[in-house]
Amino acid sequence: MKKQKNKLAGLQKRKALSGYLFIAPFIIGFLVFMVQPFFQSLYMSFCDVQVGAGSFTPIWLGLDNYIRAFRIDPEFSRLLVEEISRMALYSLAIMVFSFFVALILNQKFKGRALVRAVFFLPVILSSGVILGLESENSVMAAMNVAIEETAQGISITGALESILTTAGVGTRAYESVFEVIDNIYDVAISSGIQIIIFLSGLQTISTSMYEAADIEGCTKWESLWKITFPMLSSLFLVNWIYTVIDFCMRSDNEVIDKITEITVDQINYGYGSALSWIYFVVVMVIVGISSLIISRRVYYYD
Amino acid sequence: MTKQKRMKYSEFKERNRKSGGYLLKKIVMKYAVSICRFVLLFGMCFLILQPILNKISISFMTESDLYNPIVTSIPEHFTTENYLLAAKLMSYSKALFNSFVVSLTIALLQISMCTLVGYGFARFEFPFKKFWFACVMLVILIPPQTISGSLHLHFRFFDILGIFKTLTGDTINLRGSKLPYYLMSAGCMGLKNGLYIYMIRQFFRNIPKELEEAAYVDGCGTLKTFIRIMLPDAKPILTSCFLFAFVWQWTDGFYSKMFLGNTNLVSTSLSRIVDSLGAWIQRETGATVTISVAYSNCILATGTLMIIVPLILLYLFAQKGFVESLSSSGIKM
Repeated sequence: MKKQKNKLAGLQKRKALSGYLFIAPFIIGFLVFMVQPFFQSLYMSFCDVQVGAGSFTPIWLGLDNYIRAFRIDPEFSRLLVEEISRMALYSLAIMVFSFFVALILNQKFKGRALVRAVFFLPVILSSGVILGLESENSVMAAMNVAIEETAQGISITGALESILTTAGVGTRAYESVFEVIDNIYDVAISSGIQIIIFLSGLQTISTSMYEAADIEGCTKWESLWKITFPMLSSLFLVNWIYTVIDFCMRSDNEVIDKITEITVDQINYGYGSALSWIYFVVVMVIVGISSLIISRRVYYYD
Repeated sequence: MTKQKRMKYSEFKERNRKSGGYLLKKIVMKYAVSICRFVLLFGMCFLILQPILNKISISFMTESDLYNPIVTSIPEHFTTENYLLAAKLMSYSKALFNSFVVSLTIALLQISMCTLVGYGFARFEFPFKKFWFACVMLVILIPPQTISGSLHLHFRFFDILGIFKTLTGDTINLRGSKLPYYLMSAGCMGLKNGLYIYMIRQFFRNIPKELEEAAYVDGCGTLKTFIRIMLPDAKPILTSCFLFAFVWQWTDGFYSKMFLGNTNLVSTSLSRIVDSLGAWIQRETGATVTISVAYSNCILATGTLMIIVPLILLYLFAQKGFVESLSSSGIKM
């Protein structure tokens, strides 16, 4: 009896050992390339780093870098607030858009594969450097304007906007909604992965649920809210986190631009680390709070 | 023929009357929905494709066409000069080859490492598993820009436990060489590697455990089970992760600029193309000329097209690998 127990423990031990062997690359990489630079950059953010030939010497400054970021630097706090508010608006828009598109793409119609391929194209084509370069290209912008002009000023959104703003109620809210609609291209190109995640979730919902609801006299609209929405709620959490993180690391993000400029071009490692730490902490707090709120409402079927 | 049609029509009318107008309503609704859907999807697809189409038409224009207000999308003087110039400025064939080699090797290395780690997380019970998995989550969440500054210094004054300092009296400068990035990829710290680990783990968790247990009972070792039994099953997720790793590495600017600055890659040479255009014109004419914004943007559009053409080809052939395998894998929290 005792022997058997020992044997079991041995097997478990062996399994644990091989488990550690499997994840060993990650542990080593994490310790060497993540933990060490992570704490070093935290330390450097309190220092003035002077790079000389052959070595670098950090000089302790205390909170000076942080105070400089908020009180002396003319740009940083403005850029931070702008980016964060843009992120909140666009992440919401991306969630709504990708949910909506996934619902459409889950239906059966001719040419579905083609449409799916087109919607997924931006994930491949608008990544990395291309995204940053696209926003600077003014010839393309001029061409868009020319094409718009040929439409003889027929703009449904424009007309709607003027009607709604003259009504004078909730003007600010309309403005942000219309800003998103005007930049629907940005929303569409950054929601490829989210669409795929929602689609994969939609395919796991069994059709018998919809049939049962249909027989009970449930309309499509009701079953969207009573079946589809709760079943996908865990994916909303995944997508929300992914969207926010993705938005923070995009190469056309102005805060990131500023940090890279200070670190790489001005070789001011101390101040650059302080800025990136502020940004990191702010983003983490936003992700933490929002995912806490969403995870309370997540419904687990099983 | 007409008689048949008339009969069908009267039959339909009869059925419609019996159902109290429900049948007609249902058919009208069906067509209305599919028309709405077509309009919406057509609009959105056009929205996504339009910049690419615009770039194609601009890339064939001469400089005079760019200023011609009548010419908007179809070039008047058709030319392929832009392509030749952009290829020259980016040293295209060399950059293409370099990018191909780097992306391929990096993607292979990253995915093989991430597969090992993902499998380890999916199938083994060991102490502190939750802690390490939280670390994976942390890797996904920490933007690489946060630690970029100290990584710079880390590789500028590279040393393992002070060994090199005591041997040669100096640390090694690894900046500008490709080695650091390969080391990072081997340690699963490359571009978006946390995401790949997560996806691969989710996939392995969905494979039934009985498969493995049968192999163990038959006397197969851990590693052999992994290679012979689990890997062939994981093919779809591995191909899609590999394709992502390849594509994202291809267009990546951040890591390429930081570690591979000396290697001529398509992504880095594209971001420099406007500057090199200025330098080239200066060399040719011998005088400092400010290049017009329109012309430099035209060259930029051409260059962008040239670096995404390989990706579009890849996407056309491996579209199933990208989309279908991901959507069927069922990612869940």
